[in-house]
Amino acid sequence: MSLLEIDDLRVAFPGPTGPINAVNGVSLKVDAGQTLAILGESGSGKSVTAQAVMGILDTPPARISGAVRLHGRELLTLPRKQRDRISGEEIGMVFQDAMAALNPVFTVGHQIMEVLRVRRGMSRADARRRAVELVDRVRIPAAKDRVRDYPHQFSGGMRQRIMIALAISLEPDLLIADEPTTALDVTVQAQVMELLAEIQRDSGMGLLLITHDLGVVAEVADDVAVMYAGRLVEQGTVEQIFDGPAHPYTEGLLASMPRVDRRDDVLYAIPGAPPNPARLPAGCPFHLRCPRATDECRTALPLLEALPANRASACHHHEEVLGATRR
Amino acid sequence: MPPGDDVVLRVENLVKHFPLKGRIPFTSGGVVKAVDGVSFDLRRGETLGVVGESGCGKTTLARMLVGLEQPTSGAVRFGESVVHEAKGRELRALRRRIQIVLQDPYTSLNPRRTIREILFQPFEIHPDVLDRRRRLDRIRDLLDLVGLDADLHLDRYPHQFSGGQRQRIGIARALALQPDVIVCDEPVSALDVSVQAQVVNLLERLQEELGVAYVFIAHDLSVVRHISDRVAVMYLGKLVETGPEASLYDTPRHPYTKALLSAVPVPEPAGRGQRQRILLTGDPPSPVNPPSGCRFRTRCWQATETCATTEPPLAAGVHPVACHFPLAA
Repeated sequence: MSLLEIDDLRVAFPGPTGPINAVNGVSLKVDAGQTLAILGESGSGKSVTAQAVMGILDTPPARISGAVRLHGRELLTLPRKQRDRISGEEIGMVFQDAMAALNPVFTVGHQIMEVLRVRRGMSRADARRRAVELVDRVRIPAAKDRVRDYPHQFSGGMRQRIMIALAISLEPDLLIADEPTTALDVTVQAQVMELLAEIQRDSGMGLLLITHDLGVVAEVADDVAVMYAGRLVEQGTVEQIFDGPAHPYTEGLLASMPRVDRRDDVLYAIPGAPPNPARLPAGCPFHLRCPRATDECRTALPLLEALPANRASACHHHEEVLGATRR
Repeated sequence: MPPGDDVVLRVENLVKHFPLKGRIPFTSGGVVKAVDGVSFDLRRGETLGVVGESGCGKTTLARMLVGLEQPTSGAVRFGESVVHEAKGRELRALRRRIQIVLQDPYTSLNPRRTIREILFQPFEIHPDVLDRRRRLDRIRDLLDLVGLDADLHLDRYPHQFSGGQRQRIGIARALALQPDVIVCDEPVSALDVSVQAQVVNLLERLQEELGVAYVFIAHDLSVVRHISDRVAVMYLGKLVETGPEASLYDTPRHPYTKALLSAVPVPEPAGRGQRQRILLTGDPPSPVNPPSGCRFRTRCWQATETCATTEPPLAAGVHPVACHFPLAA
């Protein structure tokens, strides 16, 4: 039994011309101590998937089906109160914009203490002591004084650390991080990713990392799930995905990325733009941008198909892609 | 001295200080030293990349280059003219020669104008550039050049385009008056990963065809390496190292450049854990109160007393570095 199991998750929102299927049959697993990265562009459904797991989507308007199990317990059918308790205690969340996620009118110490007092019933003094420990844990200098500061008194990287301190305050088994370093400079990004990895090593929690950044994925993920237009298009270990992708979208993404350690003459550019989830093309959602598309791709939707070595691809031509990309 | 033959833009000791209001009304609260003495030459048809973290002054520099911001001191020279002293006819001519492409393609196009109107506007401001009857043809050529279809797209509004297409329109607008220099301020950072390469390739192709020079400002070091001939690294309002792309990326000489490069994630899981990574502690200091001496010394692992007292100058040369103890090449 995995720590987190997502089974055929579907999320739809009402649109002006019928439901918009933001997530379309996504199945994933995260084990304790492991990092699963969901890689995708805007509109791919990666954040909505994370939000459905966290239980922070309003239903209605969203319609969610499928299964989300934490430690084998189904979350989607739980009554609201129990769901909130589990989401709060066993799942920690880190978002992209810490300024929006933290309350601007309370000190950061107050916000961490509040969680500990409500959830753990700690006394004020104990909660304060623990809050200082947590702020110190995320490597903020002079933690004892800084807990009295308000969110705006911290830099972007420091605020992100505060949010991580808040997320790990109840020692969750699963941490969901939605673009945790996207707004940060590279030097600060490296610090924050290093911190997350270290906390994970110490606590053995599972990490579900949502990102569009191939570099970050290559640095920290164990497993990768690539999403496109609300579907999983490829799944495998980080080495499998980067060393020999089995889907033309992943292949194109890797080829279109300039490298800092060498200079390529011409970048491969995937033509077109990611599709609007409200108007998906027939057949494979990627076929309009795909150099390998055939008639089959224009009419038949490829399903995610298990391949040898525990990986999967949703492409009619995955063998051809693998043959071309495998080194 | 007017710039030499192959130099199109000469930046001399450019400084921009923004005054801050004090806590008490009508008092001064010091100044933000956004750009604090930047000099470089931009040669015809080349791409100069400018990299640095947020708050290092990249965008203020870009705005001064195109005359949107008045420098506190220093000069931007274009041919015989100085960008911030020019007036009237001379200024209009300068504006034509130096154009800008902005970061956010969602806010840099007027939502109430069609693409036709947006692209006609440069010719309305500079009517002597092209005869009225030939303008539509030029606009069609421009759209063709940036990979858009004039028949399909000319009468659409910006909201009908994707981010990548909007950035193409922004580039077409910048090219309309056949400038010598285009300042690109984070031109691809608002775009989806799969679309960035399209715009980068487009900029490279246009340079080959038209010979325009770029100042390419970005925080993404990989994109800058790909597109630039020379690269300048900025820290707290100053250039700390400049050099040809290959030499700067392969043998960085300033500790900051080295740390910055080592922090960029490489999309190759195989080498993970073996790569030498320099983790800088803390954030860049405030540009209101930059550290004395070398501005990087508070985060530098080899700083000594000299670094606190004496500011290292950026020497001349092919690959100059502003450091008392530059790393071995």
